[in-house]
Amino acid sequence: MDLFEYQGKQYFARFGIPVSPGGVADTVDEAVAQADRLGFPVVVKAQVQVGGRGKAGGIKLAQSADEVRTHASNILGMDIRGHTVHRVWIERASDIAREFYASFTLDRGARKHLGMVSARGGVDIEQVAAEEPQAIARLHIDPVDGLDEAGARRLVEQAGLDEAARAGATDILLKLYRCFVEGDADLVEINPLILTPDGRVHALDAKVSLDNNAEFRHPEWAEYKATEELDEREQLARSKGLQYIGLSGSVGIIANGAGLAMSTLDVVNQVGGSPANFLDIGGGADAEVMANALEVINTDHNVRSILINIFGGITRGEEVANGIVQALGRVQITSPIVVRIDGTNAEQGRAILAEHASEQLLSQPTMLDAARKAVELAKAAGVEARA
Amino acid sequence: MSIFVDETTKVIYQGLTGSAGRFYGLRNREYGTQVVAGTNPRRAGTDVEGIPVYGTMREAVAATGANASCIFVPAPGVESAVMEAAESGVTFIAVITEGVPAQDEARFFNRLKRDFPSVRLLGPNCPGIITPGKCNIGITAGEIATPGGPVGIVSRSGTLTYQALYELTQKGIGQTTCVGIGGDPVPGTTFIDCLEAFEADPETKAVILIGEIGGAEEEKAAAYIGSSMSKPVVAYIAGVTAPPGKKMGHAGAIISGSQGTAQAKMEALRKAGARVAVNPTEAGELMAEVVAGLRG
Repeated sequence: MDLFEYQGKQYFARFGIPVSPGGVADTVDEAVAQADRLGFPVVVKAQVQVGGRGKAGGIKLAQSADEVRTHASNILGMDIRGHTVHRVWIERASDIAREFYASFTLDRGARKHLGMVSARGGVDIEQVAAEEPQAIARLHIDPVDGLDEAGARRLVEQAGLDEAARAGATDILLKLYRCFVEGDADLVEINPLILTPDGRVHALDAKVSLDNNAEFRHPEWAEYKATEELDEREQLARSKGLQYIGLSGSVGIIANGAGLAMSTLDVVNQVGGSPANFLDIGGGADAEVMANALEVINTDHNVRSILINIFGGITRGEEVANGIVQALGRVQITSPIVVRIDGTNAEQGRAILAEHASEQLLSQPTMLDAARKAVELAKAAGVEARA
Repeated sequence: MSIFVDETTKVIYQGLTGSAGRFYGLRNREYGTQVVAGTNPRRAGTDVEGIPVYGTMREAVAATGANASCIFVPAPGVESAVMEAAESGVTFIAVITEGVPAQDEARFFNRLKRDFPSVRLLGPNCPGIITPGKCNIGITAGEIATPGGPVGIVSRSGTLTYQALYELTQKGIGQTTCVGIGGDPVPGTTFIDCLEAFEADPETKAVILIGEIGGAEEEKAAAYIGSSMSKPVVAYIAGVTAPPGKKMGHAGAIISGSQGTAQAKMEALRKAGARVAVNPTEAGELMAEVVAGLRG
């Protein structure tokens, strides 16, 4: 789960990482009130989970209440690369002497933590990494030992941070690492980490991505979940315990297992179709789960046909088939459904589907055949829809 | 022959008294696996259909001489279950449980590496391992596997592992061992661990590798195949059409930018000499050709 900047800063503050004083606002009046409370100058920052806010005009300096009013009314409702701004963060403007970069993440290849610090902050760090890899100091940390002060200092020195910033940056790195580990983040990133002319170091931005698997030990994450940016269907799917990602095609996909679901998208694509979604129903495939999945797909008006791809392992073919038949009795479906059942007791499953076969419900023996049929039906329906 | 587990493997199920642990523990026993014990500190002295339950792993190992553990306990308890298993002396630990926090995985993986270097960890969040006809640890349906080899399977995805087993079985091709390494951020066993073991296993004559988008493990496997494998490899990578930046179910299956794309992985594998299939069925077909070549 990705946090908004203001949430990331609040999360940082829990671990003692210095951030600028600020407050959130959902309306222009609230923005002005926050600015009055903080004192000018302030920065009005769009809260969206996408990069390039500054370039898009989503970050503006304001010297007065009038300027806050102008900027906030421009930014609220603005579209930044497909994300609508519903909230701004107003924070006291900082004088900046130098801008750095700091982050911790898991290096999957090394199966260790990775700390990165650079004196080249405030810019696109991926570009720096590509063009000048030596400008980023890296340290692999054994998760059993954790990061100690000597390690943090070494990172700061290797990165060539200004002398004046070193003590402050070392302290922040230790706190940021605690935030990463105890805060169960997949990624914590500060860009820029700034040095002010009067010698203070603090986080001017906050990027925090939390590990959903650790939710059970973080009751405080409930407030972040409430503001998570998911589209309606993703929200509906999640409430039913399904893994759904919306795409833009016309063939609705239901499969069991993430790998098989991804593979199904690929095969639909290979035979000339375009998948409308990724939907993983997980291990079981009973009527309840199947009905929920069909309900989610049903809300997507681009869908022209539905491909159900189930591989029965422990779940047997006849159970899957019965589940589909029962689900069809409970959910009103307009698009034709093509089912492929394979694996344990696939024959029995197909026999049950054959008994209930109609223009609405077809069964195909293999993944490729099923994908071809679903794509053909989607194309035919698409032509009809345009005519 | 086989890799990692065989008919002599004696397994303790941590979480045998839970619903999933019981269901799969009993199924695994029915398959022929030596399921010798379960653990649960609150149920010590009881049994699950004749399988004795002990309070601790140490007691269970002392009583049964077990050398492996299969973990079904809920995610919050996985880290301590893994360490308890390692301390009890077993040398193979399969964690089936999904939803384990990445920080926990990173910690217990590195702790095992340091303090228990002879322990092999498989998972978390994996279907387990099956040496057909001999030993099935985890949630794979044994019915879809065929004993006798000559093909080894290693896969990052659960259902695609079953799909691969099934494609081979349909074609009458047996398997030596099928390992589901799982798609979590810190897998205990990697593609390369399995490829090395298959390369060293005299009965394995060819290997199917099933990967997916995200990370660089398939690329690393490709480098190993190119430099160190004499046995033919057929590969399939899921996620060619996955949109960048989206998590597709598995924690592992996420791509950012061009890194870890299916295309990059397929290209690396092809360059390393692997035969790369565009769907699971084709992977089965390519392997049938490879096996026919071996026989001829």
